[in-house]
Amino acid sequence: MYMWDRIQEKLQILSDAAKYDVSCSSSGSKRSNDSKGLGHTTGAGICHSYTEDGRCVSLLKILLTNYCIYDCAYCVSRRSNDVKRVGFTVKEAVELTINFYRRNYIEGLFLSSGIFKNSDYTMERLVRVAKTLRTEYRFNGYIHLKTIPGCSEDLVKQAALYADRLSVNIELPSENSLKALAPEKNKTDIIRPMSYLSNSIEAYADEKKVIKSTPAFAPAGQSTQMVVGASPENDLQVMTIADALYKKYKLRRVYYSGYVPVSNDSRLPQLGTPVPMIRENRLYQADWLMRFYKFSLREIVDPAHPQLDLDIDPKLSWALRNLHLFPIDINHADYEMILRVPGIGVQSALRIIQGRRYSKLGWDQLKQMGIAVSRAKHFIVCTSKDHPRDINEAALRQRILRQSKYAATLTPQLSIF
Amino acid sequence: MTQLVYDGSFEGLLTSIFELYERKIGDARVVRNGSYQSELTASYLEIIPDQKKAERVWNGLKQKLSVDKRNEIYQCFLSELPEMEGTLVTFIRHVFDSKHSVEKDYSNKSVLAIEQIAHKVYREKHRMEAFVRFQRTTDDLYIASIDPDFNVLPLIISHFQERYADQHWLIYDNRRNYGIHYSKDTFSVQEVRMEWEAIAHHEFLPASTCHEEELVYQSLWKNYFQTINIQARNNHKLHIRHVPVRYWKYLTEKRTS
Ligand code: SF4
Repeated sequence: MYMWDRIQEKLQILSDAAKYDVSCSSSGSKRSNDSKGLGHTTGAGICHSYTEDGRCVSLLKILLTNYCIYDCAYCVSRRSNDVKRVGFTVKEAVELTINFYRRNYIEGLFLSSGIFKNSDYTMERLVRVAKTLRTEYRFNGYIHLKTIPGCSEDLVKQAALYADRLSVNIELPSENSLKALAPEKNKTDIIRPMSYLSNSIEAYADEKKVIKSTPAFAPAGQSTQMVVGASPENDLQVMTIADALYKKYKLRRVYYSGYVPVSNDSRLPQLGTPVPMIRENRLYQADWLMRFYKFSLREIVDPAHPQLDLDIDPKLSWALRNLHLFPIDINHADYEMILRVPGIGVQSALRIIQGRRYSKLGWDQLKQMGIAVSRAKHFIVCTSKDHPRDINEAALRQRILRQSKYAATLTPQLSIF
Repeated sequence: MTQLVYDGSFEGLLTSIFELYERKIGDARVVRNGSYQSELTASYLEIIPDQKKAERVWNGLKQKLSVDKRNEIYQCFLSELPEMEGTLVTFIRHVFDSKHSVEKDYSNKSVLAIEQIAHKVYREKHRMEAFVRFQRTTDDLYIASIDPDFNVLPLIISHFQERYADQHWLIYDNRRNYGIHYSKDTFSVQEVRMEWEAIAHHEFLPASTCHEEELVYQSLWKNYFQTINIQARNNHKLHIRHVPVRYWKYLTEKRTS
């Protein structure tokens, strides 16, 4: 029993330390189980549970160890913090993953680590866990490995051959903040593996088109995370970095993590400062608009509007700033423009395009298709005659804000401020 | 009006639709055996499932609909909702009576209704793929019981069959009293039925039938689940939306005892 108590304790400490990394995605990769071994990865990913803070639990998210030679101010595992230090052996990490997976608790493993000894030594251990899972246990579930900043390219390459996704965190939205809060890290150590991976992923993908037997190389690509609210950058700065990362390094995802105070360091928001959850949420919505709604960065934030509006979502915010483009005729407008109407999502837009081929659409049909007509009606015309009158930005904003459903979802979060 | 009473099987339902056309019954209602109520003004027709007739309807649908839409018909059937037969009959008639493909005509009520019901069923399927919790027994069987809102077990078999190809498993639907057993020796699945008393109210196995490490892993998982919550971000509303309370009884991490 003693052994299990030790494992219990390690799991507690090492999952507690890992939980501030918000990524839990298990999507973007397909692995079949042709060899009748264990596991498969379907591409869409599955959330097996949700914590009481409402976040998806998809992966076993742990550090291999919380020993760390660095002293990043925002991190619980920082060298100067007085916490108990433990570490899993490779075998322990592997057994936990397998046994959780077999019970259908998880989609796979997200393994990160404090830096012990040096970057290469740490990375080598992470790779060994992934390798053991894939080769000895014939595991086809999802593996996300953290790339340790400053580790060698050869280790990054090996990691990519076993893992589905790799990530190296940008950590903070400016080099100055990085210097101030994570003095031992530097931009180059973070960007270099990112750039190497981006090039290699592309090269492997190209080769695979010609040579089928080319091995999978980080098939779910790479992601990164930025902590927001720990340092003074505005949303324009945050989104500018995200935009550059998407374009330059073809990242699959940029995660925004509202800073959760973990220390009384005077460089940081004090303990008890609320987590900027609405801001975080707005950043995700803005990010979504860039990736799926074909919005450009400048349409969402610009020097005149450097912060996202906390009261309303960025799509509505854009529409209100651009009322001269509306209303659009839902029966004739093209897909891109329909997508930009507040209250219409991707699925509804597709339905409109398909449905209007059969008959022209009015409010009733639009409602049936699941469109939030109470919001969209201010921005569109259809066959129905009763359209809201022209109205100015301020009045429209007030009217939409008052709509009960919307206010209801916002208040519980707002009340914490 | 004519009431067509069928046995509740998919084949029976398709046979009913065959008869609607064969006998040119315009004003009709198709009902399941159990939910049939005699109505004075309605005549009664009992439908015996007939493979040939059912196939003819299905092949007819193949000519007119994409695979996705046909899957939606089946998913809709598995919903077991009271309005399911009515919706399906209206939709299938609309399909057969139209010259052109209608499956994307979302301005039509029945086209939308089918999609919406199928979507609900799909969500329940997806939930089961997420919320099934296996427990390992002393004889190395991974066992889970479920109680889904819709009859989604047939839809999740292939997912689990591929994922857990190297372990014996059994997923049992407590409400409908049947299960699927997979054997890693033959790589095949089999439908099983257990004596009701043997499984009723046993969402979790008694300790005596658990593998020696089972309870340890359950407790590791529960602790993990507690630890990764960030208190400063608690959001009960969101939590409940994602994991509705009715599923808690099967979730190891939500188990209170
Ligand atoms: S290197 Fe990583 S684990 Fe170590 S203190 Fe910095 S953020 Fe924390």
